[in-house]
Amino acid sequence: MDLSAINPILLVAALMSAATPILLAATGELVVERAGVLNLGVEGMMIIGAICGFAIAVETNSPVFGFLAAAAGGALLSLLFAFLTQITLANQVASGLALTLFGLGLSALLGQSYVGIKPPRMGDINFGPLADIPVVGPILFSHDPVLYLGIALVALVWGILKFSRIGLVLRAVGENHDAAHALGYKVVRIRTMAIMFGGALAGLGGAYISLIRVPQWTEGMTAGVGWIALALVVFASWKPWRVLLGAYLFGGITQLQLNLQGAGVAIPVEYLAMSPYVITIIVLVILSADKSAAPGSLGRTFHASH
Amino acid sequence: MKLTTLFASAAVALGLATTAMAEDKTKVGFVFVGPIGDGGWTYEHNKGREAVEAEFGDKVETVYVENVAEGPDAERVMTQMALDGADLIFTTSFGYMDATNNVAAKFPKVKFEHATGYKRLHPNVSTYSARFYEGRAIQGHIAGNMTKSNIIGYIASFPIPEVIRGINSAYIHAAKVNPDVEFKIIWVYTWFDPAKEADAAKALIEQGADVVLQHTDSTAPQAAAQEAGNVVTFGQASDMGQYAPFPRVSSIIDDWAPYYIARTRAVMDGTWESMDTWDGIGPGMVGIGEISDAVPAEVKEEALAMKAALADGSYHAFTGPLNKQDGSAWLAEGETADDGTLAGMNFYVEGITGEIPQ
Repeated sequence: MDLSAINPILLVAALMSAATPILLAATGELVVERAGVLNLGVEGMMIIGAICGFAIAVETNSPVFGFLAAAAGGALLSLLFAFLTQITLANQVASGLALTLFGLGLSALLGQSYVGIKPPRMGDINFGPLADIPVVGPILFSHDPVLYLGIALVALVWGILKFSRIGLVLRAVGENHDAAHALGYKVVRIRTMAIMFGGALAGLGGAYISLIRVPQWTEGMTAGVGWIALALVVFASWKPWRVLLGAYLFGGITQLQLNLQGAGVAIPVEYLAMSPYVITIIVLVILSADKSAAPGSLGRTFHASH
Repeated sequence: MKLTTLFASAAVALGLATTAMAEDKTKVGFVFVGPIGDGGWTYEHNKGREAVEAEFGDKVETVYVENVAEGPDAERVMTQMALDGADLIFTTSFGYMDATNNVAAKFPKVKFEHATGYKRLHPNVSTYSARFYEGRAIQGHIAGNMTKSNIIGYIASFPIPEVIRGINSAYIHAAKVNPDVEFKIIWVYTWFDPAKEADAAKALIEQGADVVLQHTDSTAPQAAAQEAGNVVTFGQASDMGQYAPFPRVSSIIDDWAPYYIARTRAVMDGTWESMDTWDGIGPGMVGIGEISDAVPAEVKEEALAMKAALADGSYHAFTGPLNKQDGSAWLAEGETADDGTLAGMNFYVEGITGEIPQ
């Protein structure tokens, strides 16, 4: 056992990067669920974002265009979900599952000619002298722009939901769509926009895996991250900052347990392997002791005639 | 009237013809643990499936299901394949062992072939595997010569004999050429999860490893090593040649095609019977990918000599003197390990630190 082999600064920097895909996808899904829609297609939208981002980044040789394409791809796929659930009033759970299966299949098809290619790198933001500050520099000022975007989006979503009129309307639609409708809000339109926002963020999260974290394209490479993001939204009681905490906790413990294994710590590996799941759930369940409830209309189908 | 009769009889004839053709065709099913585009393990099994189609053309029909989780889901997929008329089913992951035997009990006429397992509870179950550890010996030799930090990282999947054999074999041969070598082992508990594999590779690299060996199926660790710049890797299960000549300096390639063709032919001829196949470099089931120029010439030469010796049987990858991790004697001078011990290997050899998860 040699704990000195673990560099805590590198570890924290790595956990922020590991948490970003989950954070992006979960933030998007949070907005969708606050609008009263349960979209189980996060995994499918992420993998579509992963391949769209990868393909466009390779073709244009620009990771920025890649991320834009990933957001567009995810949003486009989510439109299919919006059509099924908001226009044809299909069951949300079934439509979401179908979206995941469809996304996995479509991405495999799209990605066939992109296996084994190296994508262009997105460089880290240059903070100049700030990056040279010991400890703080490598942790806070040595990342790619998307990572900061993820954190900024959490703050933005929190601010909008809490303080703005748009946020209030969105929450009203999610809590009681009949009342919102009676007040004259366009429930279907608002929900569709929320679903597209969620799709775009899931797409970004997927592209973060294929362009930055791994970086390569492999079929099925999101490997269940979308489901973790979905669970995180529930355990975070639909609150943005708790999503951030949960994502960092999960990403952090995942990184820590890999490092502890490498350092040969005498904790049985099984416990280490399950620790990210267990600890994240315990912490978030304790936090949600304030009885924050799910949005009132979550998962319910809305039609103006009802 | 006549015309109608003609049509009717033509339709009947056509129907009979297609039925007859369907009966002629041997249907071969494949159950895969990852996607066929993983670039590693499942990719090679799928190449074997394509070889069967190329060999027999119209006489076979192959079907496959990807991303089948080990456990109850596998049993469902196999049952469905058998119900759909498969004559021969290859189940290509260790974790399908019990599912394969359970389903085989229900369909005595369907032949089952389970990769890397050891349970043959029914006369319609065969097992087959490759002696990957022979390839690991060559990897270990190259790794031990090439490491400068003397730290070799190992991304392990599940604590099963196949994986433990690989770790031991690589360690023995790395330590033989470099007694100071240390193995850092991370268990990721998955065969395929590119993000997690990449994270594990990065964690090992951050802890000083300059050679990373993997026993997982994706090419993600190769990408992580390429990113780091000065880290050596080896292709796993497939050549992974897109990362050659560096970081990937060589590879272990699984070549299932000859076996799949032979077993399909046996089903067609009616000569199929339950057996256990465990072939290595000699018969060609394990291939060694081209050793790139990043490896010093004399090391490459030694590695090729070892490959030749393993192939003709003059050298065994587990040759004594060898002790177990706790220091107790395992193999005496010149003694080689028997297949039974290797098949159920559940211990590290002396020198490896850490414990095997139980």
